[in-house]
Amino acid sequence: MSDATLNDAAESASNSLLVPDERTKRRHRAEARFKAYGIGAILIGLFFLFILAFSIIRSGLPAFTNAVVAIDFTLTQEQFDEAESQLFKTAAYESVFNEALSQTLTDKGLDVEVTPEAIERILGKTGGNLREFYQANPQELGQPVSFELPASSRVDGYFKGRLTRDNMVDSRFLMRGDLDIVDAMREAGVAKNVFNWNFITGADSGVDNPGGAGIGASVVGSFFMMLVVLFLSLPIGVAASIYLEEFAPKNYWTDMIEVNIANLAAVPSIVFGILGLAVFIQFMHLPQSAPLVGGLVLTLMTLPTIIIATRASLKSVPPSIRDAALAVGASKMQTVFHHVLPLAAPGILTGTIIGLAQALGETAPLLLIGMVGFVARGYPDGLIAGFTDPNSAMPAQIYTWAARADVGFYEKAWGGIIILLVFLLAMNILAIILRRRFERRW
Amino acid sequence: MSLFWLILVVFGIAAVGYVLGRARALQSATSQDIKLHSLPGYYGLNVALKAIVPAFLLIFVWLVGQPIYVNSVISGMIPDSEIAEGSSRGLVLAEVRRAAEGLDLAVENGTITEDVARNGRADFTDITARLKDAGAIVTSQITQPIMRAAQEFRILNSAGNMLMTGAAILVALFGAAWAWRETRARFRARNVVEQGLLVMLIAAASIAVLTTVGIVASLVFNTVEFFRLYPAFDFFFGTEWAPSFSGRGGSSELGILPLLWGTLYISVVALAVAVPIGLFAAIYLAEYASPRVRAFAKPMLEVLAGIPTIVYGLFALLTVGPLLVDVFGSGGFLGVDWQGGGRAVMTAGLVMGIMLIPFVSSLSDDIINAVPQAMRDGSYGLGATKSETVKQVILPAALPGIAGAILLAASRAIGETMIVVLGAGAAGRLSLNPFEAMTTITAKIVSQLTGDSDFASPEALVAFALGMSLFVITLALNVLALYIVRKYREQYE
Repeated sequence: MSDATLNDAAESASNSLLVPDERTKRRHRAEARFKAYGIGAILIGLFFLFILAFSIIRSGLPAFTNAVVAIDFTLTQEQFDEAESQLFKTAAYESVFNEALSQTLTDKGLDVEVTPEAIERILGKTGGNLREFYQANPQELGQPVSFELPASSRVDGYFKGRLTRDNMVDSRFLMRGDLDIVDAMREAGVAKNVFNWNFITGADSGVDNPGGAGIGASVVGSFFMMLVVLFLSLPIGVAASIYLEEFAPKNYWTDMIEVNIANLAAVPSIVFGILGLAVFIQFMHLPQSAPLVGGLVLTLMTLPTIIIATRASLKSVPPSIRDAALAVGASKMQTVFHHVLPLAAPGILTGTIIGLAQALGETAPLLLIGMVGFVARGYPDGLIAGFTDPNSAMPAQIYTWAARADVGFYEKAWGGIIILLVFLLAMNILAIILRRRFERRW
Repeated sequence: MSLFWLILVVFGIAAVGYVLGRARALQSATSQDIKLHSLPGYYGLNVALKAIVPAFLLIFVWLVGQPIYVNSVISGMIPDSEIAEGSSRGLVLAEVRRAAEGLDLAVENGTITEDVARNGRADFTDITARLKDAGAIVTSQITQPIMRAAQEFRILNSAGNMLMTGAAILVALFGAAWAWRETRARFRARNVVEQGLLVMLIAAASIAVLTTVGIVASLVFNTVEFFRLYPAFDFFFGTEWAPSFSGRGGSSELGILPLLWGTLYISVVALAVAVPIGLFAAIYLAEYASPRVRAFAKPMLEVLAGIPTIVYGLFALLTVGPLLVDVFGSGGFLGVDWQGGGRAVMTAGLVMGIMLIPFVSSLSDDIINAVPQAMRDGSYGLGATKSETVKQVILPAALPGIAGAILLAASRAIGETMIVVLGAGAAGRLSLNPFEAMTTITAKIVSQLTGDSDFASPEALVAFALGMSLFVITLALNVLALYIVRKYREQYE
């Protein structure tokens, strides 16, 4: 008995429900560890997302401003006539402008020596712009006009902190002494950062002029491409889904179509680029670099996405709707087009928008069919030219900037990404709103 | 653009046909005093469809067939003597096409008259200089045979376009007239129209098959062409990747092995990042997370999947690469000198891993959720903790599905382009050091084909052979993964 009680006491110490034994503790520790791994994994994922968003915003926002020198400037009729009578007309304008600039700086109580060479390094050649302006607007002669002249890309970099006095090297583009003038102008409020409209509306610039590069032309290219994708992939995708979901008998051909759609959804995008190059350009001789061809390639790429989304939403329409329509004498085709399709429309639209968003961000196939950034030199002349004239698309333009040697373009690339993401965000939000607004639970 | 107007005209014919067909049906019903078989709109649609469909089919076939016909005619006009050493018929044909475009441009600018463009002789007048004046891209001196061919090319093409326009409009009119004639009150318009619609639906569904055929055909033809110029054995087993830049006839080494190695190495690094993180995230979301955490974290992770790859490429090139150099480069935090430049296997692999996290996690999440609740309950009933249940019951049950998900992720990693183009480097290299720059199949496809319009040199054609290899590898992985996933799904349904 006493043995038994002793045993009991010893057992209860180790087997109590209230006091966990060593093994249970170990198991609970393992449990906590395991859970921590899971939380850690999610946190790492969110951390990456945060870093990505942070570096996009931090590096991209400067692209939306640029440094300009703003100056009130009056050119009299006599000065105009005198400048026009000289052999080097733009140089004459420049000297008039330089005088006005140093006058402005002295008026503001700043004492820096301004040499014409330094101004040319800071502002580029100003004479041409001035002459053009006054020739186009002779009525402004004698009136004070405020000019905002863009500073050179290195001065722009100095404003944004990309270039500092420590890391700069004297060159024919910018000397260390020029920065004193820039600082003086900044203090006087003559040089300042303004919103860079040219970045949003402009076209790609040459490889040595990051300051003048804009994304506008390639936004237009992307827009025309998306038009092609929308008008081809939506009807074809919906028709294909209707057939597969509502009419297709179970036979060899339908099986083949199903397998093909599943596989096409997973084919690397670059392979679609090869297809576009070989079939549309090499074989059918469609124009190279044209948004039309880009749109065709992206159509083939987005079709599987749209078909999968459309089939899902056709499937979610309950069979009772079809039965009711058939029972009152509608044909199968009428049932589908008059009853099932309208009910599935919100889901189809959502899927289409998501497919379009995917297509909008696609780069690799566009590079193969020649829609690289540097062809986006201007806006197309008209509606048809928009489809057939060489142009680029937003992601391809970003790639071209990222691949250039001048660091000034990196900022543009990040800025371009902000614009691209704004478009994608807008499309996704639209899709979510559509889903919330029209989604129907049966 | 005449094609645009042609399409508009065909649509116009169809619209008029619709109205006329509908009116004729109604009129026939009233005059015979019987009821229409179908709704009046169907009679109109019948006419419209019979105008549009044959006309568009004709246009499509014509657009595909005309270049083939014209090319074969032109090709026959070029004597072998015109094909220079190291050149090929394809290159000369491209030149002819450029000359023809130049002529068009020059006529448009008014630099030369239509008559000169049609009959001018390159050996009498200096056509090359005139075309250059007009702003056309002419690479070499245009010789008389090429000029003849270019003129013939223009004539054939403009004649072809005229014929096509005429034929398409005739076919549309004929189709509409025929359908209009058969329109009677007793005509079963609805059945005919629905039959036609069904055929169109089938055609739309078949585009998926056509796309695959197009991919395979374009890859196979050009790959065969490539292997005619470059031995297949050297391509598959060559350990050197060194295309000569000048193109034609140089001694290029085009072995796929360094590229394949780079591709696989980067994919392995990417999977080493994405699989643990994605899998643990999926387990946590499926088994532990409260509905609120799940509703927040799952969409946030999936945002990573919605970001275009160009963004990841830039992130690799400008953020992650320099960061890794700061850590592993000379003078970095670790004091080691492993990494020379920002572009490296590690850079691309890491960023690609981030991209794949949501891919792995949402696929695994679905699969873990598909494991029946009864299995969990049984395990809890035996006293297992949650983690023990996950490790010993759920994961073994979900293993085939997760393996399929990982295979799909691997196929994504192998086919990914923009991240490696910007982050991995340009030189093909067989090395074990993950901090070295290597290149991949996809990156080389881009660099060999970008901005090149004539595909006659092995340096350009190799891209198709690379694409073929890529297509076969990813297709095999996908088919295997889909097979595994489908097989597994059936197990619990």
